[in-house]
Amino acid sequence: MKVEQISVFLENKAGRLAEVTRVLGEAGVNIRALSLADTTDFGILRLIVDNYVLARDVLKAKGFTVGKTEVVAIEVPDRPGGLASVLDILAKAGINVEYMYAFVQHSGKNAVIIFRFDNLDEAIALLQQAGIHIYKGEEVYKL
Amino acid sequence: MIYDIANETLPREDLEALQLRRLQALVERVYHLVPFYRRRLDEAGVKPEDIRSLADLEHLPFTTKQDIRDNYPFGLFAVPMEQIVRIHASSGTTGKPTPVAYTQRDLNTWADLMARTLSAAGVHRGDIVHIAYGYGLFTGGLGFHYGVERLGAAVIPVSGGQTRRQIMLIQDFGPTVLCCTPSFALYLAEVAQEMGVDFRHTKLRVGIFGAEPWSEAMRTEIEARLHLDALDIYGLSEIIGPGVAVECIEAKHGLHLFEDHFLPEIIDPVTLKRLPPGELGELVITTLTKEAFPLLRYRTRDITAIDYAPCICGRTLARIRRIQGRSDDMLIIRGVNVFPSQIEAVLMEIPGVAPHYQLIVDRQGPLDTLEVAVEVDEATFTDEVKGLQALAKRIESRIKDYLSVSVQVRLVEPRSIPRSEGKAQRVVDKRRLTA
Repeated sequence: MKVEQISVFLENKAGRLAEVTRVLGEAGVNIRALSLADTTDFGILRLIVDNYVLARDVLKAKGFTVGKTEVVAIEVPDRPGGLASVLDILAKAGINVEYMYAFVQHSGKNAVIIFRFDNLDEAIALLQQAGIHIYKGEEVYKL
Repeated sequence: MIYDIANETLPREDLEALQLRRLQALVERVYHLVPFYRRRLDEAGVKPEDIRSLADLEHLPFTTKQDIRDNYPFGLFAVPMEQIVRIHASSGTTGKPTPVAYTQRDLNTWADLMARTLSAAGVHRGDIVHIAYGYGLFTGGLGFHYGVERLGAAVIPVSGGQTRRQIMLIQDFGPTVLCCTPSFALYLAEVAQEMGVDFRHTKLRVGIFGAEPWSEAMRTEIEARLHLDALDIYGLSEIIGPGVAVECIEAKHGLHLFEDHFLPEIIDPVTLKRLPPGELGELVITTLTKEAFPLLRYRTRDITAIDYAPCICGRTLARIRRIQGRSDDMLIIRGVNVFPSQIEAVLMEIPGVAPHYQLIVDRQGPLDTLEVAVEVDEATFTDEVKGLQALAKRIESRIKDYLSVSVQVRLVEPRSIPRSEGKAQRVVDKRRLTA
């Protein structure tokens, strides 16, 4: 139920993001979703890719600091209040969203959103009980 | 073991009386024998008879490496060549070497001090001492050599180089004591590993390492890899060579300075004022007994602190801290003296922080700023912004706590800081570029 997300430490200077995407492109890694958290000094690039191991290896070889985080990909109804209905379930259980970002593509009629929770397993169990669809890793990498 | 029990355990009062007698005789001697000192003392308006207490030392002018260079080669020697029996020289980084000289009595003193040094490390008759310091103009090899003979232990004068052969000698001749630079000790460990030699199967028991600054982390590594007690020794050719100060094996905490021959002071390298015990500053040494090449208040440029607390080994001699850096590397940030090595020590204490850092000094308006660039590696990386910001804050507050200076920590990518080919790259001082 968990998705492997690759995160990359980037100094806040011109060309670093381009370098990451170039390295991945040359290795034939396809980016499925991404988000960039930034501060004045540095940024953290978070990526879901079609080949985690290859992406990690080529970035490391280029000297990037790379981390792995487990996240959840959730299917959210693409209508007003769709996201709110999902977040409500979590808020009631006191689960904190550390960050989230939307997937590039839709899956059928619904949106796919990537979540990082402070309590991943509890969140998964709750959402499943509520009948919300959570994607398996292999599904997400191929979306 | 204390080699010279009478002189190494003198009550402070008796030691100071001895120091004063020797200081008075020294000033009298150099005033009359060395034109350079006579001129300096006259300029300072000090006569030898003005030295009535050890506190009067402060009225004497400092001597620097530049003064020695200006009197190249033999202008500061205080005895005629007929009385000089040996000349050594330190390699000058600026071309000409710095020559130093010894009378027979100086060599005698030196051998005694090195016998004290070896004794402090637990070396005794019956030991076999492998000396891998260079023999020649450098004081390291011969300084140790005569100390071992004076003590009555057996000396293997290996000198430097031929590392594989040295490891063979260590296996076959069974030395119990190793004397070399700490970096050579680690190099020996590496080569031994390549050769499949395990130091546990040698007889080495203790190592006396010096001639370059090293750290507690290096001690831990050397002791683990060479399976011996690693002790720090301090000396410099201008003062006598090795044998100025050494750690005792009992405490391994600070280097006992042979104060009956060398009078130490710690000064602020900028104001030149004397600092109280415990405070970090530049070590200044006056040679109390040297005949051929005496020095008044010689600025060593080495940064340390002095501690007069009694030691468990029984010596009453003050201890200096492991050398923390060179005063030439000192930064002044908003009036606070900061040494790159201090920042490094703070960084090393924070788990997961890589030892790769750079200090960027700048000026914003009237204020100096100090930025510490720290590389983020996988041990410290987290994919949450607040996690990394907390790391930066933690480093900032640690540095503030230890050094009383505010810094900004900037996290940078691995390998973005130039790898050390010398200390200079640790510090970028933009103030000087624009000044």
